[in-house]
Amino acid sequence: MTGGVTSRAPGQAPSRAPGGASGRAPGRVRRLTRAEARGARAAAGFLVPFLALFLLCFIAPIGLALYESLLKIERTGPLGLGGETRDVWAGLSNYTHALQDGHFTAGFGRVLLFGAVQIPVMIAFATGLALLLEAASARWVGFFRTAFFLPYGVPGVIASILWGFLYVPGISPLVEMAHSAGWDVDFLGRSTVLWSIANIVTWQFTGYNMLVLIAQLKAVPGELYEAARIDGASAWQIALHIKLPLIRPALVLTTVFSLIGTLQLFAEPKVLKPLTNSIDSGYTPNLAAYNEAFTRNNQHIAAAEAVLLALVACVLSFGFLRLVGQRGNGGEDR
Amino acid sequence: MSHPNERGAAARSPLRYRVITVSLLTVAAVYFLMPVYWLVVSSTKSSSDLFGTFGFWFHDPDLFGRLRQVLTYDDGIYARWFANSLMYAGVGALAATLLSAAAGYALAKFRFPGREGIFNVILAGVLIPGTALALPLYLLFSRIGLANTYWAVLIPSVVSPFGVYLCRIYAAAAVPDSLMEAARIDGAGEARIFFGVGLRLMTPALVTVFLFQFVHIWNNFFLPLVMLSDSDLYPIQLGLTSWTGYADRQPELYQYTVGGAFLSVLPLMVLMGVLQRYWRTGLTEGSVKA
Repeated sequence: MTGGVTSRAPGQAPSRAPGGASGRAPGRVRRLTRAEARGARAAAGFLVPFLALFLLCFIAPIGLALYESLLKIERTGPLGLGGETRDVWAGLSNYTHALQDGHFTAGFGRVLLFGAVQIPVMIAFATGLALLLEAASARWVGFFRTAFFLPYGVPGVIASILWGFLYVPGISPLVEMAHSAGWDVDFLGRSTVLWSIANIVTWQFTGYNMLVLIAQLKAVPGELYEAARIDGASAWQIALHIKLPLIRPALVLTTVFSLIGTLQLFAEPKVLKPLTNSIDSGYTPNLAAYNEAFTRNNQHIAAAEAVLLALVACVLSFGFLRLVGQRGNGGEDR
Repeated sequence: MSHPNERGAAARSPLRYRVITVSLLTVAAVYFLMPVYWLVVSSTKSSSDLFGTFGFWFHDPDLFGRLRQVLTYDDGIYARWFANSLMYAGVGALAATLLSAAAGYALAKFRFPGREGIFNVILAGVLIPGTALALPLYLLFSRIGLANTYWAVLIPSVVSPFGVYLCRIYAAAAVPDSLMEAARIDGAGEARIFFGVGLRLMTPALVTVFLFQFVHIWNNFFLPLVMLSDSDLYPIQLGLTSWTGYADRQPELYQYTVGGAFLSVLPLMVLMGVLQRYWRTGLTEGSVKA
């Protein structure tokens, strides 16, 4: 996707851009160069406010995190108990500490497992709903679309508080109903709580992903479906062989954003944590880094963990984009 | 909203298929609406009824009385959180939209050395998890004395790499060079062309960026959690989780949390319902052009 964007956007510009004429009329090069210089000045004026804040909020923190992650605190005085502390060079020891910390790596494994199950389920659910809405009679479509999209307006914390009440025995009508049907469910048990969190995320984001997919389906010219129908294709065949391949770019996009979201999993386990002892302080990498920084006051290890998290997110999303970019028939690079 | 020929096809398809389709959609709707329904029912209940009565049905409902309790508890701290959330999301999204528009416009309509390099760095910013940034951002802001202030949440909220990406794509297609050239010949300065012509032509993309960023800031939990320790600066989300933290000792806080959640969800859900039609135009920008 990334490559497609950068190669496409400038590809549109030269056809109409004033600078595009320079190749054809050598005599006008000097004037256009002056115009270009003027353009560069103007562009700088428009770009600088954003770039300055981008530098402050993206580049500087990353730089600082890298720097902090290479330091450690050394206490002076007898037995290292003195009041004075100072930062000393630590090399990569914070990273080895984080990677050897069973809780931290277990948290990574947990979110990867979570992503491997929850993302395909959610994307399949969203695709199914999008295709069903496309096929349904028009009168009801508006109501259903709104109903499915509504949870996207509920912030993750509120969604977690809400579902938390629906999971906790004593308040939850779901547990109560299951119990009177002779089925004792424990939504917050050691083996179930991860999937209870998965349910919260699915509930929140399926409708949003569905809307992205519907938008892509609408971009397909209607004659294409009509032609297939005249050729005798069934609704199922049209969905499978025409609609699905056409919404592939949207599927890739929603998967990548879901992947990034999954790695950052934080609000849901943080809110559910007081309700159950199945969630420990290192349940997800983010929770581990947060607790390292604010409970154990170890900012250097927290910085290393934040760097590791960003690194894994970048590697996974770029890796996924490359993977689908290579397997596809150039669909992303048109 | 669907293509006319598709609507015709739906009418032509056998009744059996239509029944199956609507049943499946209904089951999904029950799933998505059930927690919201529970919230509506529960926000009318007292603390003891919250525990003692069946969650999916009303018992002694008194919505306005319960909500008044939420709003007056602790000298009306909830109203303050609400105002904070509105301020963070409103001001932040507005500033983010303007900054993204200017940057996207510059990247789309001007040719200068390093343009693609800058754009690629900004794009990489889209893929960096926001929460991985929040912790280092806290380390940075606490050094320069910005932690635990309104600025600590506001400043990072106005930087939207995704907004720049969207604005660039949109400006490239929607702002004709001929129009800019004509304005230049008429003697208009670049700033005037941007504010007079560029922004107006980019309006649909700007609305999308504003809404995305508004929701993003409104929903953001990690950044304020890390940055703020003074509860007067809290946004709603943070305030409500602090209530659930004390609810063990003060059971009425369960009721206030439910009521507070109901009040906070209301405006955004109305917004979602109204705007989801409009949003689809903007949502496509990210995917179709990819």
